[in-house]
Amino acid sequence: MDLAVVLMLEILNGIATLVLISVGLAIIFGMMRVINLAHGEFLMLGGYAAIVATNHGVNIWVAMLVVAPLVVGVIGVIAERLIIRVLYGRMIDTLLATWGLSLFFIGIVTTIFGNTVAGIGAPLGSVGVGRYSISLYRLVLVGIAAAILVVIFVALRWTRLGLVARGTMENPNMAAALGVSPPRVYATTFGIGAALTGLAGGLLAPVSGVLPTVGAAYVAKAFITVISGGTAILAGTAAASTLFGSVNQMLTYFTTPVIGEAGLLAAAILLLRVLPHGITGKLFRGSL
Amino acid sequence: MSRRWPPGIVLTVVAMLMIAVGVPQLVDEFGLLQLTVFGAMCILALSLGFVWGYGGILCFGQSAFFGLGAYAYAVAAINAGESTLAAVLAVVVPAVFAALLGYFMFYGRLSDVYLGVITLSVTLIFFNLMNSTAGDTYRIGKARLNGFNGMPSLPTLNVPGLPGRLLDPTETFYLVMAVLVIVYVGLHVLLASHFGRVVVAIRENEARCELLGYDVRLYKLLVFTIGGGIAGLAGCLFADWGAFVSPNVFSLTMTSQIIIWVIVGGLGTLVGPIIGCLIMQYLATTLGTQQLANTNLIFGIIFLAFVLLVPRGIVPSLLRLGAGAVGGARVRNSA
Repeated sequence: MDLAVVLMLEILNGIATLVLISVGLAIIFGMMRVINLAHGEFLMLGGYAAIVATNHGVNIWVAMLVVAPLVVGVIGVIAERLIIRVLYGRMIDTLLATWGLSLFFIGIVTTIFGNTVAGIGAPLGSVGVGRYSISLYRLVLVGIAAAILVVIFVALRWTRLGLVARGTMENPNMAAALGVSPPRVYATTFGIGAALTGLAGGLLAPVSGVLPTVGAAYVAKAFITVISGGTAILAGTAAASTLFGSVNQMLTYFTTPVIGEAGLLAAAILLLRVLPHGITGKLFRGSL
Repeated sequence: MSRRWPPGIVLTVVAMLMIAVGVPQLVDEFGLLQLTVFGAMCILALSLGFVWGYGGILCFGQSAFFGLGAYAYAVAAINAGESTLAAVLAVVVPAVFAALLGYFMFYGRLSDVYLGVITLSVTLIFFNLMNSTAGDTYRIGKARLNGFNGMPSLPTLNVPGLPGRLLDPTETFYLVMAVLVIVYVGLHVLLASHFGRVVVAIRENEARCELLGYDVRLYKLLVFTIGGGIAGLAGCLFADWGAFVSPNVFSLTMTSQIIIWVIVGGLGTLVGPIIGCLIMQYLATTLGTQQLANTNLIFGIIFLAFVLLVPRGIVPSLLRLGAGAVGGARVRNSA
């Protein structure tokens, strides 16, 4: 019984991690059709922002929940203004440019912090479940991931900002005719996507530690999740995270993390063979 | 294509042959080893130049096939104690893997950008997988995979059928250059054939080729498989060169390097990726010996600069300039 509970929590945790690392990417890709290959580096920068802030005496929660998203959000807006804006509509060039950006970030961070692992201790300690003990912080992560999904849903569905954003993505010319400035909406959307990614990076820093090349470990999973999710940003990310998170954690639990990773990938490739437009290309159509 | 070979190709082959014959007389052993690995990398660059530049397949996972080739060679060579079978497997294993992966991607009709992301993800997952194969449990026959430490002291290439007769550095250099010339000429022959014409036509307009009755999925799959095999061959030569292979062959750095070579050299030519590869390899070796700036930083800047400012790459841009000077000759596919 205890084992079942722990396994459930592990699975929930796997799902939450996938949601965290892919939701910012889902927004940027889903809304703007921009493939941001620097996504992993945004996570990495969020992690460093949180760690540096904590080491300078900022409260760890403030560092993770406020400093990390702010820093990465600002970096995202700058990148959008300087590079991505020039390349809208040229999907492959955007992808390549963000790849260059990713190398650039890795290089800069390596120069500043060195090629070593930095980390901070996870807050909150652990609770006992029968004979096992689990980290309370990981439970909090699950809650935060769920909260992020709810907030984005509410923002997109019921606020004016969400309406303007959806309208601009649907038809930028019409939105412009109605007095909206599409460039500003793009910059904002990219900034929010980057900020959410920074938040995820900050939140994951205590769990996994950060080093300049850590982005590579995340970016593959994030992209697989978003692509398999399909057109609907939220429903897709949530569905794909649930599927892959479960597959990954179950396999990891019963075999090794290596098989877990490979299983995740195999599941994604099989899924895309059956549903080339992702889960929400066929199921849950019309959801957000 | 006419029976006569286009001058660009003849020129390139002559240049390669001159390098192959001349270099061992001119440089010391260190320089020779350096040029050997450059040659292996040029073959890798050619494989992506073919798949992406002619096949129009956005493959960001060329290093997956490169790495698979290297590991296949390593494992087979350790087990067999000689390299003949290993060298064959280094081509076959990645080609088969490319065919499998390609089947899922092309027959699932994934679009360009998804292809790029999937192939990239596959590579990175190989990287993670190989990194976690430390320990005695992970072995294939006699070969321990050794996780992130890599597999050291691999048997080097020997003359096929004569396990005791190993190739010395100069012979290895000749071999690499020969393979490079053969791959370069072979790809041009392939592109000049009916098959190659269809491949280029698909790149230009997929829907039209489909309507003309060509099975686009099959052609793309074949291009992808050939590209995978060539990359595997490069991986074999690379593993032989250092007598060493580590998961870094799958790393993001490796993957991005290949893309940068092709971007810098130019899409839609075969000599472009070779030139791009030589320039960037030289730069990487030079940068590696100094402490001023991080290599990734410089590569990132070059990558960005080319995408934003010279999106065509060096060779097509130069050809275009030259063509403009002599009056708009047809330049595409001539190098």
